Amino acid sequence: MALNQSGWRPEMNAGGADDTATFTGNRALMLEEPLIFEIGSADTTGVDFDSVVIGRPQVGNLYRDAPIGLPGLSEGEAIRHYTRLSRQNYAIDLGLFPLGSCTMKHNPRLNEKVARMPGFADIHPLQPQETVQGALAVINELAVWLIKLTGMHGVAMTPKAGAHGELCGVLCIKAALKARGEDRRVLLVPESAHGTNPATAAFAGFTVENIPATPEGRVDLAALRGRLGPDVAGVMITNPNTCGLFERDMKAISDAVHAAGGYVYCDGANFNAIVGKVRPGDLGVDAMHINLHKTFSTPHGGGGPGSGPVVLSEALAPYGPIPYSARYADGSFKLVEEESAGEEHPDTFGRMTAFHGQMGMFTRALAYILSHGADGLKQVAEDAVLNANYILRSLEDVLDAPFGGSGPCMHEALFTDDGLAEGFSTLDIAKGIIDEGYHPMTVYFPLVVHGAMLIEPTETESKAVLDQFIGALRSVALRAKNGDPALKSAPHFAPRARLDETLAARKPVLTWSEPAVAPGTPSLSEIGGS
Amino acid sequence: MCRTSVDHLIQRGEFLTAYTPYQPEIAQGTLQMLFEFQTQVARLLGTDVANASMYDGSTACWEAVVMARRITRRAKALFSTGVHPHYRSVARTMAKYTGDVLVEADPGLVPGTDWADLAAAVDKETSCVVVQYPDILGRIDDMSALAVACQAAGALLIAVVTEPVALGLIKSPGEMGADIVVGEGQSIGVGLQFGGPYVGLFACKAKYVRQMPGRLCGETVDANGKRGFVLTLSTREQHIRREKATSNICTNSGLCALAFSIHMTLLGEAGLRRLASTNHAGAHVAASRLADVPGVSVLNQSYFNEFTLLLPREARPVVHQLAERDILGGVSLGRLYPDNPALANGLVVAVTETTTEADVAAFAAALKEVLA
Repeated sequence: MALNQSGWRPEMNAGGADDTATFTGNRALMLEEPLIFEIGSADTTGVDFDSVVIGRPQVGNLYRDAPIGLPGLSEGEAIRHYTRLSRQNYAIDLGLFPLGSCTMKHNPRLNEKVARMPGFADIHPLQPQETVQGALAVINELAVWLIKLTGMHGVAMTPKAGAHGELCGVLCIKAALKARGEDRRVLLVPESAHGTNPATAAFAGFTVENIPATPEGRVDLAALRGRLGPDVAGVMITNPNTCGLFERDMKAISDAVHAAGGYVYCDGANFNAIVGKVRPGDLGVDAMHINLHKTFSTPHGGGGPGSGPVVLSEALAPYGPIPYSARYADGSFKLVEEESAGEEHPDTFGRMTAFHGQMGMFTRALAYILSHGADGLKQVAEDAVLNANYILRSLEDVLDAPFGGSGPCMHEALFTDDGLAEGFSTLDIAKGIIDEGYHPMTVYFPLVVHGAMLIEPTETESKAVLDQFIGALRSVALRAKNGDPALKSAPHFAPRARLDETLAARKPVLTWSEPAVAPGTPSLSEIGGS
Repeated sequence: MCRTSVDHLIQRGEFLTAYTPYQPEIAQGTLQMLFEFQTQVARLLGTDVANASMYDGSTACWEAVVMARRITRRAKALFSTGVHPHYRSVARTMAKYTGDVLVEADPGLVPGTDWADLAAAVDKETSCVVVQYPDILGRIDDMSALAVACQAAGALLIAVVTEPVALGLIKSPGEMGADIVVGEGQSIGVGLQFGGPYVGLFACKAKYVRQMPGRLCGETVDANGKRGFVLTLSTREQHIRREKATSNICTNSGLCALAFSIHMTLLGEAGLRRLASTNHAGAHVAASRLADVPGVSVLNQSYFNEFTLLLPREARPVVHQLAERDILGGVSLGRLYPDNPALANGLVVAVTETTTEADVAAFAAALKEVLA
């Protein structure tokens, strides 16, 4: 069953009979909420518009007369609908969110306020540039910070998210190779990489080959050296890697790749572990994306928007995308677009997105950087690593830590399902920790260990919060080791029990439609309606 | 006002500070919202299904071209001259690396679209035809005949909607037979923000769903038989399929999709239709007022809320002169097509529900002064 990644099979009604059913289905503050299609109507609106009479619509024969099927709610109903939905979500604002490689840290609200200032929030991307100098200055100032923090030569600000940033970096590599007149087809990617790495490489037309790892969970330098050659365009390496380990040989890796004519892409998803401490530029990295929604605390928003600026080495910077905000000697800013690229940035690989990147994320990230300062950012990395090591050492006696012997971890601690009772898996621990009031850790990633559990506490959690989480996870881990059957049907206290993902994929229902009339009910035509 | 409610709700921490809903038992809020969003988008665009959003309209447009290549196993994409030049520029960048062949050109300053020419140009190598509706000059046209021509040649018709409010007044691309409809959802709930973050809309016919990029939310039941929602068909996605994924996209634009969905719910069908009518009526008034300015004419015979003015001289400096008078007077075609002097006198003007008659009068007076 390739469709079901978890391997879990639903056991319907495994939770037992419910002897405290209520009339509404609600349970005090646990409120069931129907879909807008079930409670709204086409005639209801929460917006007070006058009806408009258009003299002569200038729309040819394209006037839309058929119903669209969009229900409306009054403002009060809408506020209630979305507020009720929000209460069925776990969030950082509710508690520790230990998703490894996702860096779920506190999102300061100052950032939200800054992003909503009208000079940033209410400006059109194509209004005259003399009217948006402040916005261009913010893009430029953030760019300068990112360059400084990474020790790189330039930065491409337009990528919309991490994977888009990866694409940007890989296209720079493609463009650089083309400029050299070389057709290198292979990108080397470790097995522990995020899925986006091989997907990005393939999208750009590269063949992906695996880099072997050492028993300590790091890139096998000797094996990598052995594979380098005239067909290898470069490597994509995550540092710190997804096993939570710093790639100590990074400089040697970069030197070897460069000596063989390739480029080094670094996945910067885990930059939070080293910000202010290590500059990727010093390690020979040629391109690295920075997830502003991770390291620089812009909110994850339930799955986006992200923002993925890409810092570039001197070798790759000439190929970076347009547009970008350039500062001129007189202190003014100007967008370098298709028009002026020929003079100012002739080797660019082109445009990746319609406009100038995620402005709303730039303001938030810059507010975060300025409120932390250089010393504050350094402390971010130190505290993030300290917290992760505290988790690692506090749990390694109950959970298998495959690389616990490799020394301290970085910002995340990796465990496996080794030692759980027969029939118990990582998934059971994840679902059990939900009942304890936490979002689970990242599970089944990285793929290099069996039943992975990757825990990233981030720097914004206190020792008291970590201690309670450790206590909860120890308890759940022991239940999994002792084969507690109640764990198999967890979560018991969440808004939903385990959901049937196999059913969802086998018979996809992706939009709402009016339920079919129950058998035996006469249809409108049968009862004479129209 | 919508803006206040939308902004209040998207700042609830349970939405703002949640992650991608990979643990559905404690993410039903985001998942149900995405299911509602997908349904709203599919109905608005007139298609069977929609995904849980993309980065923005321009990247959604390119992903649609890639999807058409996967489905047809052909690689020649015909772009209408009316597609936004930045969208074309993105596609041109990507096509350099994927080997797709793009046929594209700048628009002519004529009232009609180039769709009849496109229908004639579709051949057995064509993977897709990409049209924008309303197009970059604000023109609208019926794409039914083009859809038939595409279907006859085994190519897909991709429609790009950069102003979804228009679909409260005019027929949807899906109704006219488009196979894939993508769009920019910015104008509903999201805000301008100097170009991002925005929300890409991506919708298509049901038969192509397994070739779609991006996240999809689907309905299912939990172990107690209760309805619930999960991310589904993830075997298309990079975290499962790695180098064989339909796209490298991981992040979507969840919070912007939420803003879109809330705004659409506050509008409802009645509100959307009134909003669209208000926009169109305002544009109608503005077009006639501006056409009264000496030397100025309106290119369009058809439009929704954007139309193209033909000025007696180059429009680009005029925009700057208007800005000196505190008027953002639209986007000059010279800025969008700097290498094409034939378009230099064109100025694209938009009118929304926030534009008053006094605004239009001030704009007309300033334009008259600048052109004098």
